[in-house]
Amino acid sequence: MSTTQRAVATTPTWIDDRIGAGKWLKKNLRKVFPDHWSFMLGEIALYSFILLLLTGVYLTLFYNPSMKEVVYNGSYAPLNGIKMTQAYESTLRVSFDVRGGLLVRQVHHWAALLFVAAVSVHMLRVFFTGAFRKPRELNWVIGVGLMTLAILEGFAGYSLPDDLLSGTGLRIAQGIVLAIPLVGSYVSSFLFGGEFPGTDFIPRLYSIHILLIPGILLGMLTAHLLLVWYQKHTQFPGPGRTNTNVVGYPLLPVYVAKAGGFFFIVSGIITLIAALFSINPIWQYGPYTPDQVSAGSQPDWYIGWLDGAVRVIPNWETVLWGHNISWNILLPALIIPGIMFTLLALYPWVEAKATGDKREHHLLDRPRNAPTRTGLGVMALTFYVLMWISGGNDIIAQAFSWSINSITWTIRVLLIVLPPLVFVITRRACMGLQRRDRDKLLHGRETGIIKRMPSGEYLEVHAPVSSATRAKLVASRESDYAPIEAPPAVDANGVKAPKKRRSGVKLSNFYFANRVIPPTDEEIEEGQHHAAGDLETVRPSGQITSGH
Amino acid sequence: MSSESPRRRRPTAALALVTVGLLLMGGLYAAAGSLASPARAETSEASPALLKQGGQLYKEGCSSCHGLNLGGVPAESVGKGQAKQNGPSLLGVGAAAVDFQVSTGRMPVGANGQQVVAGRSSYNEEEVTALAAYVASFAPGPAIPSKEDLDTTDASLAEGGELFRTNCAQCHNFAAQGGALSNGTYAPAIDPSRPDHIWEAMLTGPQSMPVFSDTTINPDEKKAIIKYIQNINAAPSPGGAPLGNVGPVSEGLLMWTLGLGALIACSVWLGAKAK
Repeated sequence: MSTTQRAVATTPTWIDDRIGAGKWLKKNLRKVFPDHWSFMLGEIALYSFILLLLTGVYLTLFYNPSMKEVVYNGSYAPLNGIKMTQAYESTLRVSFDVRGGLLVRQVHHWAALLFVAAVSVHMLRVFFTGAFRKPRELNWVIGVGLMTLAILEGFAGYSLPDDLLSGTGLRIAQGIVLAIPLVGSYVSSFLFGGEFPGTDFIPRLYSIHILLIPGILLGMLTAHLLLVWYQKHTQFPGPGRTNTNVVGYPLLPVYVAKAGGFFFIVSGIITLIAALFSINPIWQYGPYTPDQVSAGSQPDWYIGWLDGAVRVIPNWETVLWGHNISWNILLPALIIPGIMFTLLALYPWVEAKATGDKREHHLLDRPRNAPTRTGLGVMALTFYVLMWISGGNDIIAQAFSWSINSITWTIRVLLIVLPPLVFVITRRACMGLQRRDRDKLLHGRETGIIKRMPSGEYLEVHAPVSSATRAKLVASRESDYAPIEAPPAVDANGVKAPKKRRSGVKLSNFYFANRVIPPTDEEIEEGQHHAAGDLETVRPSGQITSGH
Repeated sequence: MSSESPRRRRPTAALALVTVGLLLMGGLYAAAGSLASPARAETSEASPALLKQGGQLYKEGCSSCHGLNLGGVPAESVGKGQAKQNGPSLLGVGAAAVDFQVSTGRMPVGANGQQVVAGRSSYNEEEVTALAAYVASFAPGPAIPSKEDLDTTDASLAEGGELFRTNCAQCHNFAAQGGALSNGTYAPAIDPSRPDHIWEAMLTGPQSMPVFSDTTINPDEKKAIIKYIQNINAAPSPGGAPLGNVGPVSEGLLMWTLGLGALIACSVWLGAKAK
């Protein structure tokens, strides 16, 4: 018995002798998880979150969330004698006078950038592989909530040092609050305790940043992971993998080692970046005063798309009974993101309506096998990335010597033209890939061997696909849906079909009217048999092993 | 070009010469009258030899756009077949403007564009001095700063930073790296700029830049700003590589490429099947 095996065998007994949870532990320590690199994206998010908690605690030991004005007299000479808030002063102290303070601050900030990035990429993986389908819709919604909170948490943290950049960001946030019709000025007044910036906001934001949002994040994260545990992890189609099993490795020792190791890899890479690259040099920005601003004042990347939306929208305003309705702020900063996040959260139900499918799904879709979903996803991504680029329009203008006005106008046009175009192209590309898969099943894979027939005709020799490839390709059946057929407008009893059902039919047709129908078992058998015979004619000894 | 320049033989040359003469007289008179005024003028100090050299250089290199009498060439007077060049009047721009524009290589203009770009100067230091003296001899204007003007030993770094963030950072960025303005114009990076050029730019407001006269920002404050800008370039970056000092855009780019890229590479490595 090896050491690990002994540990696996004896640890539950030890626990069982004391708290009686051995049986549960024994079962769950052997719980099997499937293996794929993309399943580790969520892990990156989790580990950067842990790193954020650890470094965050260290920072709270020295940071002082007070807007009391003091005169700086510290290690950073270019700011000596300058009036600033204690919040800014203590952040300077963390950076220059606390041992390891600057490194920890930089680790915290870089980890925050990585956290939201990893959450986003993880969400893209879940979306494009259809992991949000029944029974995981709730976990998808929790995920959307986690991402929203992560963005808010990031913005709150970015605003705490009270430097010129963060103050500028807060001023914009306050402007957005002011743009809310009717209640905007009241909401702003409540948030800031009077006029901007006042003296209340930083302490309030501090409680939100270190207690409220992290608390909710932790709770939701736990629920998120418990649901993954309880509902089991999805897996990609492959040999031996079905909708009712999980093929992979046990938690102990394989995943404990892998995940534990990966935590150190994530922390190591972030720390390396933090040690090598400067982030948010608040001493250069200077303390916030409302009469100063720097060129190229940008938020962190995850707010960038909102900033970009504000930059790209034309200057639309309506005056109603002497009150301004600032569409130029409302649309990009509240309405468009509101619609985008709502659609994101509700997407599992939209697709369920189109498929009419009530089954559980534990096998993932390959993105090509759900062409409409993949098309919609890439379309939304294009929209997002365009707004994101717009958020850095001045930096891009400067770096490439372009006109900022041309960039703005180009993005305005592209925001309307490009997403639908990308949708069509992506869906087409997916269907092309599906056809290629279908061809492989029906005719075997191409060997690159050209055979000349006695008649002078040239033929390419095909070979049967491997069983692993076949298992992967055949899974396209799981993702295939025929469009829901329209119910008769009036049924046998003379009752009209409800409008709801008709809209479902329309949606279903949008999704599945154009589709590549996967071949049946008989067709595949015939095709593979033919390919095997084909191969036999050139290499009777079977020198070519069937590859992929 | 030599004194045989065809421009001298144009019928308008005589007229221009008379205008120049009149303006010279008027300029001298005005300069004499404004000696008591706070705007320091550099007019009569230049030697005749220097003025002669300056005049020669001016006629060869500048007069086609700015006019022989320095009055400028308005856009509408540029006829067909002529080079489409027109320049503003140089009367009263002072030696500071000439020194800034010519020694940073902005003038003479290399190519038409949204903004005149800096480059290698076409003139050596002596020639720039002569040109500046010649232009300044027509009408009083801001002078080239002296060594004492640029002595920043006693200037306050912190005050310079405060003034820089209030007056300069909105276009030139918090670390003097420059920034985009509208329609392809831009505020250039000024951290590699020479102190005298920063001084002259503040005083004369080239292109999109507003003028920060001595009444808006006094000479001591100018010194402090110059000290701060030079400190940006000289000071080490305590946090590591500054990523261009342009704020969160380059930081986000780094995290999405190097950071996430490295971690996804590790994921692929960890997720790879054992062979």
